[in-house]
Amino acid sequence: MAGSVTVTATDPARVVEAVWRMEAARIIAGVARIVQDVGLAEELAQDALVAALERWPRDGVPDNPGGWLMLTAKNRAIDLLRRRTVYERKLAEVGRDLLQQPEPDPDGELDDPVGDDLLRLIFTACHPVLKPQQRAALTLRLLGGLTTDEIARAFLIPGPTAAQRIVRAKRTLAVRNIPFALPTPDDLTDRLQSVLGVIYLIFNEGYSATAGDDWIRPALCEEALRLGRILAGLVPGDPEVHGLVALMELQASRFPARTAPDGTPVLLLDQDRRRWDHLLIRRGLASLERSVAAGPPGPYTLQAAIAACHAEARDPADTDWFRIAGFYTLLLRRTDSPVVRLNHAVAAGMAEGPAAGLALLDGLADDLPGYPHLPAARAELLARQGRRDEARAEFIRAASLTANARERALFEGRAADL
Amino acid sequence: MRYLVTLKSGSPASPPPPELMDAIMALGDEATKSGALLDTAGLMPSAAGGARVSLSGGELTVTDGPFAETKELISYVVYQVRDKEEAVEWASRFLRLHRDLWPGWEGEADVLRVFGEE
Repeated sequence: MAGSVTVTATDPARVVEAVWRMEAARIIAGVARIVQDVGLAEELAQDALVAALERWPRDGVPDNPGGWLMLTAKNRAIDLLRRRTVYERKLAEVGRDLLQQPEPDPDGELDDPVGDDLLRLIFTACHPVLKPQQRAALTLRLLGGLTTDEIARAFLIPGPTAAQRIVRAKRTLAVRNIPFALPTPDDLTDRLQSVLGVIYLIFNEGYSATAGDDWIRPALCEEALRLGRILAGLVPGDPEVHGLVALMELQASRFPARTAPDGTPVLLLDQDRRRWDHLLIRRGLASLERSVAAGPPGPYTLQAAIAACHAEARDPADTDWFRIAGFYTLLLRRTDSPVVRLNHAVAAGMAEGPAAGLALLDGLADDLPGYPHLPAARAELLARQGRRDEARAEFIRAASLTANARERALFEGRAADL
Repeated sequence: MRYLVTLKSGSPASPPPPELMDAIMALGDEATKSGALLDTAGLMPSAAGGARVSLSGGELTVTDGPFAETKELISYVVYQVRDKEEAVEWASRFLRLHRDLWPGWEGEADVLRVFGEE
């Protein structure tokens, strides 16, 4: 072909950054096991990144770049321990075999076959001594390899606030002497709940963003999914881990259909289901099966089961609302929240008719004052009973309560259609 | 963002060594556990029951395998990654295994971004 040139596309700096993002969590985890401090581990891992950025463009990219980074970071950790007065003690605890290896082999350096170091890092970043927002920021930093600036943009906060959130989180872990360790069997359930909560918080932070937002916010959903999949590999016996992954895969499968080209949100029942991501649906259903096989369903699994009912209906009219209402009943037994009760009422209204839904909505007003989706749900049910004036009034009420301009337009449109 | 990586090679003189197959399984496991690998499959040679449907000059033609090309598609992987370099790195790891464990093997992996994905 005239004018074609051979280009080697491997810009070493970009290779370093990609390998770094892929391996950062494991490197930080491996170093944290040596120095017993995630903040320090992150600094040492960053040093290895800087070394790679200097060396690889000059000497070429090593054959096992991840192993090289890990070896370099661990060597720095050991150097640091040597320089410290606590050297002898720490060495006796953790460093001995590392120092005795005569010829370190980069191929062996990433070995953490059970992934215990990585799991320790996840549990530490999501430790209950930290505030939920701190856990999310630290998790994105240590496990997602996101920069402070990216985290700031993700949570719509100023850069210095994000930096402070991370610094404070690391300091709290150090001051409170939180060990770099797995939870005890007694603590495991609660600590795992905290991890799942952080991952779902990150997912929702991205999920609630609308089209046209900064790219980083949709990327949060991908990041949460990635973390969930990693966790499912590390804790394969826990039903709720698979349940959360299933829930996120199924919710993410609707992304391509949930906004119209002009950016308006499209409600679930109005979405073009051909645009759903069927690879993610298949993965979500497989995760749900794994969850059910692993044990009794918890709240994430039940929510995933509800999402699966929608995913399996080719046409909205095929939706099995009885099954959905049944899952909401089970969910209410685990987590009684007014929003779950509202959703249960909507599902019951679809399954058994509007009167059943309206009956369940009664008494919710005190629990959900000013919540626009309550009058909107009531309006839909009233409209189905032919009570147009009452329905219109409820839609107008819903429109007056929402702060979201697109949602307001949606409710006003429904009122006008009646 | 999502990438499709397709692997092509000529027909090798010998079957793949078992060590390579083990290493490929281990790499696939690693890619799955790191949340990057979404889907993968190996493909039968076009001679083994493959066919090509083509449209040319308004005419549909169905031709049974083997195809005329010397290099055939032998597998695909769908990755969810943060940028092109990560997809290239996974593809490179895959080819490095072939280099180290199957002397003389030659092939190529095409790394293509899936349309419409963030």
